[in-house]
Amino acid sequence: MKRVRVDWEIAKRGWRRYAAYPWATVAGAFTNTIFGFLLAYILLAVYRSRADVGGFDAADAVTYVWLSQSMIMTVYIFSWWELAWRIRDGSITTDLLRPLNPQRYWLAFDLGRAPYHFLFRGLPPFILGALVFELRYPSPLDAVAFVVSLALAVVVSFAFRFIYNSVAFWLLDFRGVVTLSTTIVIFFSGMAIPLRFMPEALRELCYALPFGSVIQTPVDIWLGKREGAALVGVLALQLFWALALLAIGQLVLRKATRKVVLQGG
Amino acid sequence: MVDTVFVWRKLVGAQIRSQLQYRMSFALDAFGSFWISFIDFLVILVIFRNVSRLNEWTVHEVAFLYALSSITFAVTDMLIGQLDQFPQKIRDGNFDILLVRPRGTLFQVIASDFALRRVARVLQGSIVLVYALSTLTIHWTVLRAIVLVVSVPGAIVIFSSIWVVGACIAFWTTDGGEFTNAFTYGGTSMAQYPFDIYSTWLRRLLGFVIPLAFVCYFPALYVLGKPDPLGLPRFLEFCSPVVAAVAALVAGLVWRFAVRHYRSAGG
Amino acid sequence: MIEVEDLRKEFVVRRGRLRRERHVVHAVNGISFGVERGELLGYLGPNGAGKSTTIKMLTGILVPSSGRVSVAGLEPSRKRIELARRIGAMFGQRIQLWWDLPLHDSFELLRHIYRVPSDRYRDRLARLRDVLDLDPFLATPVRQLSLGQRIRGELAAAMLHGPELLFLDEPTIGLDVVAKQRVRDFLIEINREDGVTVMLTTHDLGDIERLCDRLLVIDHGSLIWDGGIPELKERYGGERTLVIDLEEPAPPLEVDGAVVDRVDGPRQWLRFRGSASELTARVAQAARLVDLQVAEPDIEEIVRRIYARPAEVSDTRGV
Repeated sequence: MKRVRVDWEIAKRGWRRYAAYPWATVAGAFTNTIFGFLLAYILLAVYRSRADVGGFDAADAVTYVWLSQSMIMTVYIFSWWELAWRIRDGSITTDLLRPLNPQRYWLAFDLGRAPYHFLFRGLPPFILGALVFELRYPSPLDAVAFVVSLALAVVVSFAFRFIYNSVAFWLLDFRGVVTLSTTIVIFFSGMAIPLRFMPEALRELCYALPFGSVIQTPVDIWLGKREGAALVGVLALQLFWALALLAIGQLVLRKATRKVVLQGG
Repeated sequence: MVDTVFVWRKLVGAQIRSQLQYRMSFALDAFGSFWISFIDFLVILVIFRNVSRLNEWTVHEVAFLYALSSITFAVTDMLIGQLDQFPQKIRDGNFDILLVRPRGTLFQVIASDFALRRVARVLQGSIVLVYALSTLTIHWTVLRAIVLVVSVPGAIVIFSSIWVVGACIAFWTTDGGEFTNAFTYGGTSMAQYPFDIYSTWLRRLLGFVIPLAFVCYFPALYVLGKPDPLGLPRFLEFCSPVVAAVAALVAGLVWRFAVRHYRSAGG
Repeated sequence: MIEVEDLRKEFVVRRGRLRRERHVVHAVNGISFGVERGELLGYLGPNGAGKSTTIKMLTGILVPSSGRVSVAGLEPSRKRIELARRIGAMFGQRIQLWWDLPLHDSFELLRHIYRVPSDRYRDRLARLRDVLDLDPFLATPVRQLSLGQRIRGELAAAMLHGPELLFLDEPTIGLDVVAKQRVRDFLIEINREDGVTVMLTTHDLGDIERLCDRLLVIDHGSLIWDGGIPELKERYGGERTLVIDLEEPAPPLEVDGAVVDRVDGPRQWLRFRGSASELTARVAQAARLVDLQVAEPDIEEIVRRIYARPAEVSDTRGV
């Protein structure tokens, strides 16, 4: 019971860390809004020549744009450096000496951060988009499934970020790795363009990889594209990737701890 | 004036030398930059896998727009992209020392940061440009060549002006820096596609008030010999130098106003 | 060199929810002073007293709310660039050198920014390298320098263009004893030999003791002391201690105007106010003296007293 209390405190810290800079949040929401408009019109231009692309119609695509822009910070797609910096400046050694698993710490932190971004950076652009465009809305069941899926997406994204930050234990210059990882996530999650626009083979690959679970899957659920068995299936896949990536993260952490202890950081 | 250019060259030269010293780091950085900007082009390719035309534009024409927008933006980013760190500079109190030097503050800020690794993006844009030019049939005339060549520095000046005006926010609030991203990164994304796909108000606001339409849309229309889908007067296709000059002037004035505020309201 | 008349600076701070409450802070509240060419002046005050604000107004960084300021005959807020050529500034906690570049590259860049003729630059740099001992790390990137090395580099950078007036904001902060001494020696040399006027703000009382001919003390925006250090000690020194050595151990002396603090064999410590010679005469009448010493209160104590009781002090400005 006490450990959960610690997690809760850490989560609050995660929330506060971002709530302390309200202007940054406003500016970010503004940027997401602008990009929302741009992408919406770009995709709408595609639908002048076709009615359906990969199972999405025009309304689906526009909804997709606004949902993904709203999710961008909730799921934290862009480069996340916090852990890498702590490793670089050496404060990680004190963290490793504490009786709290760093991965658990940062997970709790991220789970506290995500609701803040969801509410303050996610909702405003979506509401604006909903006012200007005709969007699709989910059935009650799909709405609940969406929330679950979103939470899982946050964990999958976190686990991946944790792994690529850990590179800092071995590489002094990790900026290139972080940039590349971010690139991979942006493209293969469907953030840059809905996976449904991609050629079949590539699309299936992205769905199979953890990246598809991060943006495309939650949106698919919202749009009602996954029903019944398929719905259970994608949620299970998300859960699988969340656990798998967390496990890999733990392994990496163990290796890193050994290295730090032996070499003195 | 000559002396200013000389100092600028010295400042930039010193930074290039220093950044090249860390070859491995530079290579990795450049590699990362290349791919991150390549995504934008991949998106265009993916789109055209599904349709053959975007409004009345073919994939090669859009690639041409993309290349122009991307190259000019990347060069601007190389020259002044570190302006994104300007809020941090103000927070650290490192702006004050610029006021004690016998040079304009804007010049010092711009000349102080040069990011060589962005050259990878320029390279990537150039590859696409070569692809576009080789697949398009352009009826070249001297005037068309001039318009194309002149549009490049014009676009750089327009992007720079947007960036500078955006950076001025840091004089009022140090964590509002991301606002600028909407117009710089958003701006280049917008300019990669033909302007006629956007709605009227968006076009007016981000194409004319913030003159992104003059970055490559209008010059491209002329070079490609395309009739303007928006039906606007043809002389606009030659206006990018003038627009760039006006943008630079506005940016200079906004900066001056911002510094004056900083000097009376305190750090 | 510097003339300041009724200088004021107000800031409007917005507080409270939604930043509705307007609150005017008088950072600098009507100060006046003059500095002659060649002075080495200390500027002291508790944090938030208005020191940095004054310096910023003198260097052209900040525009005054009202009052007159003239530095080297120029108005700083109007003639910023012209003034910049004639003054040097160094802010101890902030970095003006280029972080990733070797030290000498920073110097080169500054040479071009200030348009220093190459022969004068060469001579000046040679001298600075010698006096500040820069050669061991001239080619090292600034970010790899120790604090002491960086401060020396920054001092050199501030002097490269041969300014007549140097402003220093906490130049010795964080330095070890040896480094501090080096910096102080440098400042004394440029002041005595080259006639550079130096104005430094500092919390370091060693700096004051060893460098300053004159001291300005500011508190809550007003100048509460302007004068030399001996006068300061005399006026606010308050109690001093007379240490006497008697022929043989004796019980604590009872002398008018003094209180015995401590007795150690033949030695006694007497705390007193006022004239040391008068007290000595009285003591000599009361006992047989072998030796005596007058111990001055140190500057730290005096400054502490000034900070602690500004009201008591401010009506007796030593101008």
